[in-house]
Amino acid sequence: MFTLHVQYFAILREQRGLTQETLTTTAATPTALYAELRARHAFTLPADRVRAAVNDEFVAATVLLRDGDRIVFIPPVAGG
Amino acid sequence: MTRETLTVDLTAMSFRISSAVLDSTALQRALADERAGACVTFEGWVRNRNEGQPVLSLEYEAYALLADKEGARILAESREKFPILSAHCVHRVGLLQLGELAVWVGVTAEHRGAAFDACRYIIDEAKARVPIWKKEHYASGTTAWINCATRGDFAGDTR
Repeated sequence: MFTLHVQYFAILREQRGLTQETLTTTAATPTALYAELRARHAFTLPADRVRAAVNDEFVAATVLLRDGDRIVFIPPVAGG
Repeated sequence: MTRETLTVDLTAMSFRISSAVLDSTALQRALADERAGACVTFEGWVRNRNEGQPVLSLEYEAYALLADKEGARILAESREKFPILSAHCVHRVGLLQLGELAVWVGVTAEHRGAAFDACRYIIDEAKARVPIWKKEHYASGTTAWINCATRGDFAGDTR
């Protein structure tokens, strides 16, 4: 078990009802964590539509998370 | 490299997220450069329709820390790919009304070809890569996060 800080934006922020939370998890990767959160909060976006950022950098969905990481799941972007 | 040249190089690129209204005249004036023979700017405006639905207003939200980094990377790429003098991009966040300026790109170059190409590159990459999201508010009273529709939005609850 380790502690992660998760920030939510846009559609995920609305579906979670929070902008951020700190949680303990056994999820070792962004993929595993997203699956856990999606199941818990009924996020509509499937995992393959979401990118991950750790400590404000894009990462591969399979990167190993470390205690204290700040993670953001990025829904499909739509600037402009 | 003289000190003056170094200063110019350091200020020749900027990407920023703004919660304040954008003033395209002021933004363009800041590009003034006697070395430049071309200035190309792009303005993205809030449009009153999307995919057939009347739109009343737009809401933009950004993951600012990563948006700034990715935006800066795009501008740096544009300077590697095209012989330009400067490249700048500003994107609004918050609630915007019809006709408001949502995104502004400005590029200067010695010649127009590079300025056009770089401006196009920057806006296309920014739309595809920078973590900014757009929520449309429709005349029907509904809203939608653009590009985030899933089958469930149309086919009922899929849970």
